[in-house]
Amino acid sequence: MSAPLVSESASLAQTLPAALVIGIAFGVALERAGLGSARKLVGQFYGRDFTVLKVLFSALVVAMLGVFWLGRFGWLDVGALYVPQTFVVPQLVGGVLFGAGLVSAGLCPGTACVSAATGRIDGVFVLLGLLGGMAAVGLLLARFSAFYESSAHGAWTLPEWLGLSRGAVVAAVVVLALVAFAVSEWFERRMP
Amino acid sequence: MSAVRAPRAYADPYLAGASLGLVLLAAFVWLGRGLGASGAFASTATGVVAAIAPAQAAASPLFAHYLQAPGPWLEWLSFELLGVMIGSGCSAALAGRARLTVERAAGITPMWRLTFAFVGGVLMSAGAVFARGCTSGQALTGGALLSVGSWLFLGVAFAAAYALAPLLRRAWT
Repeated sequence: MSAPLVSESASLAQTLPAALVIGIAFGVALERAGLGSARKLVGQFYGRDFTVLKVLFSALVVAMLGVFWLGRFGWLDVGALYVPQTFVVPQLVGGVLFGAGLVSAGLCPGTACVSAATGRIDGVFVLLGLLGGMAAVGLLLARFSAFYESSAHGAWTLPEWLGLSRGAVVAAVVVLALVAFAVSEWFERRMP
Repeated sequence: MSAVRAPRAYADPYLAGASLGLVLLAAFVWLGRGLGASGAFASTATGVVAAIAPAQAAASPLFAHYLQAPGPWLEWLSFELLGVMIGSGCSAALAGRARLTVERAAGITPMWRLTFAFVGGVLMSAGAVFARGCTSGQALTGGALLSVGSWLFLGVAFAAAYALAPLLRRAWT
């Protein structure tokens, strides 16, 4: 067996139904976790509910370990996976804007879909803001194109940056996640 | 059996998170790509702007990307998000959790809650454009693939949210 099973150049008749199936499973997982609820989600930033951190890091660690070991056994071609490109300064600025929007909306783009689909009107307004914002930012972006394309590093990974083996970085992320889980549990026990 | 069911409690966050991780791993193994969300909004906005003002759409680095084949209306992420809405809607209905409401804290009126929701959406769209993704495409997918930019985005976005949270305390408590 050699994965990815479907190549990047596969027809839309193959990839779009797969997108729908993956999306359904994604939606079920987010809804079961309670991340369609803005009040539950922002609990993260007031120290009363660490669901966001627990869900995000346990998902990240499971997928990271899966990719690492499937690659190690030769069952998955890790080089064929699409790694998002790094643009240092635009991503710093983007992160600040995104974090401000996240605590204002109480939802991220994915969880806003869950919120809207489960009957919450506030989720619908986040979706409208995202669509209107994308149209406005897209129209203004030509003026900022030099900044938008600045500090480009291509597909750049932590092992390459730190000069460490992939296995060492994977192990460090697992330890980081376990420490974050322990700190979260400790905070939640102290809260009323 | 009673006619009105109480909503069931949410799943254990570690269990839900591990399941989400398996969904992401399945996407990697099946299609060689991960999850995402903000790209669906960018491509839909591209389709709308291109229909109204094709010249302006082609001049934008963002819209130009989504105007490439197969075009903005056949974006992979849009079909994935349609699936998210179907999956989460069914999941909530089965658990008795789907209800028409404006979710808000006692300290904020519904009108202000919807205003903050809309403004938050606008801010996140700008953030996701410059960051090349959101919590799904960057933090989760890029994070699992150990991308430097994804971890940078994850750290900065969380730090900004924590820094702003005290100013918005009344809206959430």
